[in-house]
Amino acid sequence: MNFRPTIVAFLCNWCAYTGADLAGTSRLKYAPNIRIIRIMCSGRIDPTFVLKAFQQGADGVLICGCHPGDCHYQEGNYKCLRRFKLLQKYIAQMGIEKERLQLEWISASEGKQFSELVNNMTKTMLTLGPSKIKSSLEVEYIK
Amino acid sequence: MPLDTITSKPKLKLAIYWGAACGGCCVSVLDTHEKLLDIVAAADPVFWPIAMDIKYKDVEDMPDQSIDLTLFNGAVRNSENKRMAQVLRKKSKILVAYGACAYMGGIPGLANFFTKEEIFRRAYEESESTLNPEKIRPVPEYEVPEGKLEIPVFFNDVLPLNKVVDVDYYIPGCPPQSERLIEVFTAIVTGAALPPKGSVVGALEKTNCDECKRKKTDNKKVKKFYRLWEIQDDKETCFLEQGVICMGPATRGGCGVRCVEGNSPCRGCYGPPAACSDPGAKMMSAIGTMIDADKPEEIDEIIESIVDPAGLFYRFSLPGSILGRKLS
Repeated sequence: MNFRPTIVAFLCNWCAYTGADLAGTSRLKYAPNIRIIRIMCSGRIDPTFVLKAFQQGADGVLICGCHPGDCHYQEGNYKCLRRFKLLQKYIAQMGIEKERLQLEWISASEGKQFSELVNNMTKTMLTLGPSKIKSSLEVEYIK
Repeated sequence: MPLDTITSKPKLKLAIYWGAACGGCCVSVLDTHEKLLDIVAAADPVFWPIAMDIKYKDVEDMPDQSIDLTLFNGAVRNSENKRMAQVLRKKSKILVAYGACAYMGGIPGLANFFTKEEIFRRAYEESESTLNPEKIRPVPEYEVPEGKLEIPVFFNDVLPLNKVVDVDYYIPGCPPQSERLIEVFTAIVTGAALPPKGSVVGALEKTNCDECKRKKTDNKKVKKFYRLWEIQDDKETCFLEQGVICMGPATRGGCGVRCVEGNSPCRGCYGPPAACSDPGAKMMSAIGTMIDADKPEEIDEIIESIVDPAGLFYRFSLPGSILGRKLS
């Protein structure tokens, strides 16, 4: 089967996005399955964003922020971590594999780590197969 | 203009129907007490299964758009609910999703944590009071010598009304406060300018916290979450600050904060506030800022004390939430 996973990635402006940028300027090759959305801080991520991404067909959602202690806004990444942990518990209850939602800290100098992360996550999505969330919402007896 | 002064206008036609509901919404209409007399003075109920004897066929025979206002309460759980939703949509000028179940799925919507097969297995085979050695299950159609018997088809999902038909307005609540119903009804009867289609009426734009009189500070830091019976509520401090999960921050105001006034945390029956589609996501967001820990293990420990986040945060809104149901 020719399954190409789609991963929606939320990267914080100050560390993770710069790290991804470094991967690009260093000409590192990595899986093209990622769709990056730049946000100012990982603390800006409302759980709604993650759930909407799944609802609209993302096979995985990746959140990247600054390493603990490095947040440009002091503690945004800690808030992100707590919301992420709550989301993980919630999606597990909803029957969604925990691996579909990942959180990693990427600093501005970690272009290589970022490319490896994307490759690994893409591999995980390939083993998990396509997400069933979108199709479960298309109930046949509606309207 | 008070309701009882309207005498010259032709009477409106009112329908009240229940889908997958407990009956509480219909009772909330009766809970208008003596104001009910004003309601029936201004409107003739033409269809109201809890109070009147009328057959579905009679409703189907009514001319299209002949009912002025339909209050549809209850979720859509089976083919009967769906059929009546479609019939009433056709026959009504204004269709209102009345109450939490019609609005977002409500308590029956918690069945979306299970599949139809799981529900049937539990109900017809496994439950302690069931004796069914032949494992007989209800079937929608059954041939008997006298002809064919039919019962409604049970869907795999519980659906809010707007997933099945077009809905004009939503009145949230489990059940909606009767005072709010009278306000909305008066507006329709007096011909006041109605809000845009799709609005939530009979409720506020802001959250319940805006209305709540309990003492609140900005310093919401929680080391452990408690269930209500695990602590001694001081009856004046914000529930969240005491570590009890209260859905106030993710719930639309309008109920008069009656649960909190009765020293019980908000359960979220009024649904999310304006400009928010998913109350659970908002609640996770709010709780995320309150957890007083930075180390992953400590955070895990605190989250451990929230026993059932999905059931708690989506108690009244699972089918209408972003994910809608548990994956099977």
